[in-house]
Formats: sequence, structure tokens, C-alpha cells
Amino acid sequence: MTPLLQVKNVAKMYGARIGCTDVSFDLYPGEVMGIVGESGSGKSTLLNSLAGHLTPDRGEVIFDTRTEGPVDTVTMSEPERRMLSRTDWAFVHQHARDGLRMSVSAGGNIGERLMAVGDRHYGSIRERAADWLGRVEISESRIDDRPSAFSGGMQQRLQIARNLVTGPRLVFMDEPTGGLDVSVQARLLDLLRGLVREMGLSAIIVTHDLAVVRLLADRLMVMKDGHVVENGLTDQVLDDPQHAYTQLLVSSVLQV
Amino acid sequence: MSDYNFAYLDEQTKRMIRRAILKGLAVPGYQVPFASREMPMPYGWGTGGVQVSAATLTPDDTLKVIDQGADDTTNAVSIRKFFEKTAGVETTEETEKASVIQTRHRIPEAELTEDQILVYQVPIPEPLRFLEPRETETRKMHALQEYGLMHVKLYEDISQHGAIATAYAYPVKVEGRYVMDPSPIPKFDNPKMEMAAIQLFGAGREQRIYAVPPYTQVVSLDFEDYPFEASKAEHACDLCGSEHSYLDEVILDDAGNRMFVCSDTDYCRSRREAGHSGRLSEEAA
Repeated sequence: MTPLLQVKNVAKMYGARIGCTDVSFDLYPGEVMGIVGESGSGKSTLLNSLAGHLTPDRGEVIFDTRTEGPVDTVTMSEPERRMLSRTDWAFVHQHARDGLRMSVSAGGNIGERLMAVGDRHYGSIRERAADWLGRVEISESRIDDRPSAFSGGMQQRLQIARNLVTGPRLVFMDEPTGGLDVSVQARLLDLLRGLVREMGLSAIIVTHDLAVVRLLADRLMVMKDGHVVENGLTDQVLDDPQHAYTQLLVSSVLQV
Repeated sequence: MSDYNFAYLDEQTKRMIRRAILKGLAVPGYQVPFASREMPMPYGWGTGGVQVSAATLTPDDTLKVIDQGADDTTNAVSIRKFFEKTAGVETTEETEKASVIQTRHRIPEAELTEDQILVYQVPIPEPLRFLEPRETETRKMHALQEYGLMHVKLYEDISQHGAIATAYAYPVKVEGRYVMDPSPIPKFDNPKMEMAAIQLFGAGREQRIYAVPPYTQVVSLDFEDYPFEASKAEHACDLCGSEHSYLDEVILDDAGNRMFVCSDTDYCRSRREAGHSGRLSEEAA
């Protein structure tokens, strides 16, 4: 089986300082990869480098495209990369406000990607927007409300709907549950888990919340100071941490 | 003649503007940056249109200036006087006799010919501006033809008003490539943009010139199930009786009386001279 995403020796420097370096892994279709680490460990830099928001200084990010097979997205042309990022890729921001158009209604937010890839039928766009609102547990009657009238958890769910409407194959998530209270987090995680399984999505989830990766991720990568210090199956890494930093991380979780 | 160089601007500036115009004509709908000059009028009063007209005029030209279709409003009168003084060209109010027509927010009702140039005054040339504030991003969107966002605006219109409520500055796609703001003309005028005359657009404050060459395809954006409609008030002109011209609504008193008149004053006058009359003809006479 061809990996959906092959990452080879990706490095991103900020001047002399290291953002992240020597990162390599393969992600297979339907697999969810978690990236954990403390603040400043380079996990967001890595995610942005993979998603094309930052240009890596070294390395290859090879994505298995539908039409041409595996292509290095770092060297592909910008129009192709932008096309990819609104069809086969999705990016869920930590702050829903970064990922949503706050002055556009919920329906318009979900419809944007559809219209961006050429859908010109209002009725069908609206129907799919309503369908997706339902899937992320937002009442259809809110379709014409702006996201500013939504609660934090609803905004995050709307952002997810907006990203998944074009049926992407790879989703990048940057702390999708950050800033939400625990009960809302739990429901969001439940929803995400359902969607990932149902749509067969591959995902890369950056978080510092070990509970999130325990629930969602098949595999786990632990980062510290821009390096990957440990990786493996999620349960294996969390239950039997080998690296000193991972041991510290796992033991730092409060047991209620 | 006056002490001004012909048509106010110096020759180097006119040359620079002509270059931008030629580039604009070569790439229909593309916004060409140009070094807009300070003009003796405030921004928003047609500084872009005036510069384009100045670069386009020759001593043999006949100029017509309209503002919302009218020849006799402040903006039109002062720009006409400006060119009478600085260029000494003939001016006219009759659409057929003009070779250069500078317009604010209207296309004349009379069909334009291959011998004419229509110059638009444009306040904000970027159709994506209110959706995407970053200039770097909008340029990229034009370059890569990422125009989905334009439809998001139309989607919002339908979801809020049940129909596409955008009534002026209605976005168009030129020759299947660039999405263009036709300046704040009513969408009633959009279908007329596929015309025989050259159309030039000047935005002075935003320093952009763009153009639509003759017989170029201009398509108003819409949805398959909500097609574009060139709307106008459902009335006939109260002075000339025309049922096919774009109308202005005029409030007559505080008892709810109103009248509808052609916004194109020259068109209305020529129809009345030809013997047509409307509902309020006697009272107005």
C-alpha cells in the first residue's frame, strides 16, 4: 500500500534557531497520527510545514494525489498546492476564528469550499451545508446565523464541517480542542472520532492534551526542542514511555 | 487655448497612463497599477476617470460627461468645464455626437459605436476587496483564478434576501478570465457591457486602470438556479414614457407622491423631442 503522506527529513529553521528538524514518517490511508510535546517543541511549526503554510528549509513532503500519484508538495507549484489545500486537504485551526469567515453565515462558511471548486447551484450547496450542520450537531435553523452568534464549541464544530464538506483525505488539526471546557471537549472528540472512522480520514493532530491522542490517534510522535524523541503506537508510547521526556509528560497528567 | 498643457496633464504622465491603458486592453479585466497624479479635485470625484480621459482626448474629440446618467449634475458640469478650460475640446450632451464619454455610475441608454470611448470613474476597483482585505491575497486570487469567494457573497445575498440583492457594482467575468468590478453601475447596465465601444476604467485613489475592449465577452456571475437578472423599477418614465430605460425615483412631496424619470437625461430629452410623453408630462412642462 502506498502511504498517503511520506515525510522525509523535514526541517524548518528560524534563522539559527531550530523550528523542527529531521522529521520523517509515513502516514497510511485511514491512519491518525498524533504529535505531542510541550509549548515551543516545534509541533505547530512541523504541522504548518506539512500543510504548506510554511516552506520547509529541507526535506520532502510527498502526498499521494488522486490524479498523479505521489508528488512532493514542497516543490509543486503554488496553484496546485492551493488546489490541494481546498480539496484533498483540510486544516482545523486551534482558534475557530482563524478558520472561519466571521462575517459570513454558517451556510456560507460551509459552502465556500464547494463554491471554490466550482459548485454553482445554490440549492445543492445549501442542501449540503444543512446536511453537514446536522452531522456536526448544529441545528439546521442556525444555517443563516453568523459564527459570531455561536458558542466556542459550536464554532469549532462549524469549522470542522466547513473543512470536511469537500470530502478531504487528509486533515491537519492544530489543537482542535484547545480553549474548550471539558464536557464540550468530550463531545467534540466523540464527533471527531465518529467522522474519522466513518469517512476513513487520515489525520495529523497536534496537541498537548494526552487524552485527545489516546482517544483519536493510532500512532504517536513525541517532540522536544524541534526533534522527535519517541514514536510508536499510541498505547505503547503512553503506557510504556521510553524517553525521559515522554515519561515526564505521561506522569504530569493529573489523575482525578 | 489656455496656459495649461493640453488636457491638464504633462505629456510624460499622459504617456505613462496610455501605457497602462494599452496593457489593460491587452489583458481585459486585469487591474493595471499606474502612478496616479494629484488632480485639482478631491478623491472620489473622478480623479481616475479624469486622468484616463486626459490621456485619451485629442483636440478633435467631442467630450460628454455624465454623472448617474445626468449631464447637469455638479460632478458632470465641473469635469466638463475642466476639460473645456484645459483642453479646449468640444463638449456635448448628446450621446451620439460624443467621441469620448466620461461616466460616473451609468452606461448611456443609446447604443455606443466603434468610434466611441466610454471612461468610467471607479471608486474601488477590487471586486474581492470587501471579502478579502489583503491586497497580496486578492492579487494571488486573481492570478490563480480563485473566485469562489465572489459566489460566497452572492450566496449570502440569497440566504438573507431570497434573491441576489446586489443591485450595483455587480461582479462580472471578462472573457472567461478576470473577475472585474464594473464600477457602481446598476446591474441593469451589465448586459450592455458587451458593446462596440472601448471601455476604460480609472481608479485614481487606488491607482488602477483596467479596460474592456470592444465586443469582449462580459458575463455577470450568478447561480444555476438563481440566474442573473438585469433589474429596474417596474414603471415607465413619467416624462418620456420609456419602459426600457433605467429610472430614478424622485420623491415629490411628503404625502407619498413620487415620480420615476430616466436617469439618462439626454435619452429622456431626445425622446420628448421626438414627441413621446409620460404620465406627468403636462405638469412638468
